[in-house]
Amino acid sequence: MNAVMRVGTIVILALAILAPAAAAAGWAHVDQPQPPQEEFIPIDELPPGDQMPAAPLLIAAYAIVWLVVFGYLWTIWRRLSSVEQDLGELSRRAGDGDPEA
Amino acid sequence: MNQRTFAGLSIVGLVMFAAAPLWIARAPYESTMGLIQKIFYFHVPGWIVMFLAVFVAGIASAIHLFRQKPAADRLAHAAAELAVIFGIIGLVTGPLWARKAWGVWWQWEPRLTMSIILELIMCAYLLLRRYGGPGSDKLAATLAIFAMANVPFVYYSVNIWRTIHPATSVVPQLAVSAPGMFGPFVWCSVAFLVLFTVMLAARTRLEAQRAEVERLHLALEEQ
Amino acid sequence: MRKDLRVESRSWEMVSTTLFFAVSCVLVFSFAFVRGGQPVDGAAAGILWIAVAFSGTLALGPTFDRERHHDALRGLLLAPVERSAIFLGKFMGVVLLMTAVELVVAVLVALLFQAPQITQNPWIAVLLMLGNVGFAAVGTLFAAMLVRTRSRSVLLPILLYPITLPALIAGVMGTAALLQAEPNLDLARMWAALLLCFDVVFTTLALWTFEPVMTE
Repeated sequence: MNAVMRVGTIVILALAILAPAAAAAGWAHVDQPQPPQEEFIPIDELPPGDQMPAAPLLIAAYAIVWLVVFGYLWTIWRRLSSVEQDLGELSRRAGDGDPEA
Repeated sequence: MNQRTFAGLSIVGLVMFAAAPLWIARAPYESTMGLIQKIFYFHVPGWIVMFLAVFVAGIASAIHLFRQKPAADRLAHAAAELAVIFGIIGLVTGPLWARKAWGVWWQWEPRLTMSIILELIMCAYLLLRRYGGPGSDKLAATLAIFAMANVPFVYYSVNIWRTIHPATSVVPQLAVSAPGMFGPFVWCSVAFLVLFTVMLAARTRLEAQRAEVERLHLALEEQ
Repeated sequence: MRKDLRVESRSWEMVSTTLFFAVSCVLVFSFAFVRGGQPVDGAAAGILWIAVAFSGTLALGPTFDRERHHDALRGLLLAPVERSAIFLGKFMGVVLLMTAVELVVAVLVALLFQAPQITQNPWIAVLLMLGNVGFAAVGTLFAAMLVRTRSRSVLLPILLYPITLPALIAGVMGTAALLQAEPNLDLARMWAALLLCFDVVFTTLALWTFEPVMTE
């Protein structure tokens, strides 16, 4: 246990020292070639044929989110009710079994 | 969580979620992207909740691993499943936005790569839970802790490397630069968080009931 | 721990089979990525690392098999040694095995893909060693945990690849930066630093979780 603690502590200390250094290295390297992207990319560089109307995509996105959320809620509800049915059944059987035993 | 809080939270969550599009529709248009930018109101909260779910799963797993608490394990299982669900939301809305904004469905840049890795890890967790057999709970707990360790790399990847994904700093700036966008964004985030809490409570309850059924089965067999 | 290393080094079975698998991996890839007598640009780095990852997985599978067969794992865990020492012994065994395999694979890739830099640039060796450590730390932990599970051989790659993907990406990108016509040492150093970060995080986590995971 002692050895685990020792090794773990050393490693965590090393991590605490190294992680900012590594991050700094990453920052230093990256900032030179090109500043990080701060704004959204404009779309006007695309050829006109490649541009799609936004509305269908947006509606598709929202529809999928709604479907996923309610679909998932529905599966939880179904699984929960089936498990609760099992539970009722079992506790009834357990209740029946007890007086006989 | 007791019955009344749960019912109240579900109603609040669903109403907020249902009302969100109304407010989003009234929000101002982003200057360069126009309409498609509005995916952002579901995309970003989706990822926020996904990260939160991964953290919940990781911390609950750590508690299970070091303190042997089955309840924490059930919470972790529920949170992992929700992480996959909200990850799907993020992964679906992202490409739909990218098709319009970048002209491609998918781009191999660090943020997207790391997100899909995180989603993969959480899917591996669920596969392990389902097919791992007895004793896989500790293994799964370790996996969840490892997934949590991955989150910082995902989050900072976009800031450290040059990339075409909008930086995370866009969101905090919104409060100042575009209050008209910030309102609906906060509304959506809160709606997602409330929904997440409700789903987490329901899913954990399901797992608890399953454990109860298991226990009763064993008790009956012993009779 | 020392005993484990000795047994491992004696068992030529592991070394020879893993080595053979790694070599055949490289050959399979060379058929896929050589067009008209010329290798596809930048294929060498990817092939090197994929061969390493695949043979590493193969090597990890039976790490704890010996113990399982003779039910010696229980004995090993009951022995008055610390759990971390058991972990470190296995871990060192895997790292050594992977290094041995890499020596051969690196030379082979350098020969077959006209990339002599692989054997000449010390930074590639650094990247490979860092990759070994991260891969072996996660791999040893998962292999140990999977010993008792039914579908071990299926689950190990399923769990191992998503977790170690970041390390693999860093390794491939760093190596590719060095294999360019003009090696980009700065970029390779950045990837090596990232790999080091991953190693530290993963090894710490593996050490911390090995203890409670192996306790029944």
